[in-house]
Amino acid sequence: MSEIKRRDPRKEWIARNRLHPQHLEVLAELGQGAASEWMGPNGVLRRNPHAIGFIGPNGIKRIDRSGAQQGVAGAGAATSTVVQKPLVEIDEPAFSVLVVPDMAGGRLSGHDRDLLGLARRLADADPEDQGAVVAVIFGPHKETSFGEAGIDRLLHLDSPDVAGYAPEARLGALAVVEQAWAPRHWLLPDSKLGGGEMGRRLAARLGERPATGVWQVEADTEVPSGWRCTARGAAESVDIQRPLPRVALALAECAEPVSETRHAAVELALPQPLPSMLSRIEDLGQVPVDPSGVALSEAEFILSAGNGVKDWEGFHHAAEVLGATEGASRVAVDDGFMARDRQVGATGTWVTARVYVAVGISGAIQHLQGIQTCEKVVAINMDPGCDMIKRADLAVIGDSARILEALVSLVEQAREEKRDAA
Amino acid sequence: MQPDTTMTPALEVTVLVSIGRHPVTGRARRADQDARGVELARSLADAEVSLLHAGELAEASEPALRGYLGMGFSELSLLEQPEGADVLPALAETLDAAMPQLVITGERAERGEGSGLLPYLLAERLGWPLVSGLAAVESVENGVATLLQALPRGQRRRLKVRLPAIVTVDGAAPAPRQSAYGPARRGTFETIAGPVSRDEAWAEWQVQPARKRPKRLKIVKAASARDRFKAAAAKAEGGGGQVLTDVTPEQGAEAILKLLREEEVLR
Repeated sequence: MSEIKRRDPRKEWIARNRLHPQHLEVLAELGQGAASEWMGPNGVLRRNPHAIGFIGPNGIKRIDRSGAQQGVAGAGAATSTVVQKPLVEIDEPAFSVLVVPDMAGGRLSGHDRDLLGLARRLADADPEDQGAVVAVIFGPHKETSFGEAGIDRLLHLDSPDVAGYAPEARLGALAVVEQAWAPRHWLLPDSKLGGGEMGRRLAARLGERPATGVWQVEADTEVPSGWRCTARGAAESVDIQRPLPRVALALAECAEPVSETRHAAVELALPQPLPSMLSRIEDLGQVPVDPSGVALSEAEFILSAGNGVKDWEGFHHAAEVLGATEGASRVAVDDGFMARDRQVGATGTWVTARVYVAVGISGAIQHLQGIQTCEKVVAINMDPGCDMIKRADLAVIGDSARILEALVSLVEQAREEKRDAA
Repeated sequence: MQPDTTMTPALEVTVLVSIGRHPVTGRARRADQDARGVELARSLADAEVSLLHAGELAEASEPALRGYLGMGFSELSLLEQPEGADVLPALAETLDAAMPQLVITGERAERGEGSGLLPYLLAERLGWPLVSGLAAVESVENGVATLLQALPRGQRRRLKVRLPAIVTVDGAAPAPRQSAYGPARRGTFETIAGPVSRDEAWAEWQVQPARKRPKRLKIVKAASARDRFKAAAAKAEGGGGQVLTDVTPEQGAEAILKLLREEEVLR
């Protein structure tokens, strides 16, 4: 909708005409209705209950308490339904908190957001002397909400030598960052996705003794850094309480993610080019693994079958061609088409797949619970009204056997073309 | 018949072993990842494997160390270090003197701080490359090892690293063989003296049994009662997904393929 305000002479005329049957409604719409609340002369809030609400289509007075349609809300409010969070800009930060998120799959993960929440706590502790949260990310990404996650400055390093698995080149880049900004804190996720490894390498390079497995950080004025942390140690069997060191590797849910503010996420650039170094570790790329050998709970890509699948040969073939791990709903398992260990849902396995393709599954609540943490859900189903379609990011209504067949032929065709080109 | 070792010198491998902790009983045992590391070293062709432990030989920990000997070793080098010492200088000195081609360790210790830093500090100190989270060693040729690294979600990555190197072993590596009782009894400990440095910082920290972590609650930040009610009563929804009705199977398949490509799950 365009932002230009258009006058409606007829409405203006109704607003002037007190005796018109739509007078109150139009007044409310134009935002000129009588004020329903005001401050009295003695500082007491006064209310006029007659001024609230509007006359509905059947001539009955309606009151909408959602706040969306209040008569006094003003006419302009209807256009901006998306509430913008307040933008926080820190121009002259007193110090910086460096965060190196994992960016698994090119996006900020839940773990990364928790870590950024922790970074915000460290940066915003003293409102007089606020710090900036700087995030360093490597390689291409698909993230669009850096500001919402609480990042003030963003350093995006996208040169080919830090792409892929290049721990030594990335470590060199982080050493340059350390020299350039001398951050007060370094925060990294203690995860298997690369953050744990990078953090330990960085700590070894900087000569700092990091805290690993940090899950709680609290302010403490007795220690020099002003913060204490609780960290897991000894195979998760002990808690270690210690002052927060400069480098910390934090577990997931170490803090609440940022939800109330937006930040600027200004792009930064390195003051000097990256040092070129000879890498002693050569990345030969990922190795194809047998998808059926991957445990269902940690599979990345699941093709799941339900009651709507009739052509089981075609389904298994599709899973093989797509390289997906097979899953099933309870009905498919009970009917003996799939093994019990393939069942997805509350009674089976809770899956964490990035992409979950549900073929002929209507979406019982137990099944939807099992796929709660999946990022992208694709549904192929005959029934456009089922619950799985409501959950899905992409739903295709149609015959599942034919759609899978078409998908398989498309993938095979694409592979053929690639082979011919190579 | 002995294999002809004059053509290719044997690959010298040192496995750093530690004393583990049984997750349920808390008793001393072979550390899981270290035992996997020993198994990995055992599976290498023409490798001369030696075991190295830094610590003291106490009555409680001896069966755990003998567990490693029972995997087919006649001796284990014991770098004598008292309880609560920083073993890094002594280990670095010993490895620098022995110059093995490949050092294999577990990712994290099961006792003490268990920060998983030791391999990184050793690598930094010795100036060797380090590869973490190994699932298998595929081959070692001309001083270059081809390794298979375990990634989350059951994925694998192939890497090439120039030796000498330090590698850490992931839980995805092959399971260790059972420890044989006889060889474990017969094996001997060869003690080496090393410099002792106290770990001052560790002594200052408070250590207590792990508390259960609080579960995160779903907090609904809504201004009005109506919004809070809507949030509490809402069913799980993807938030406005795209629904394709009345499309041919080919068009539907194309839309799905596009999403799969965007998510990079197709290989």
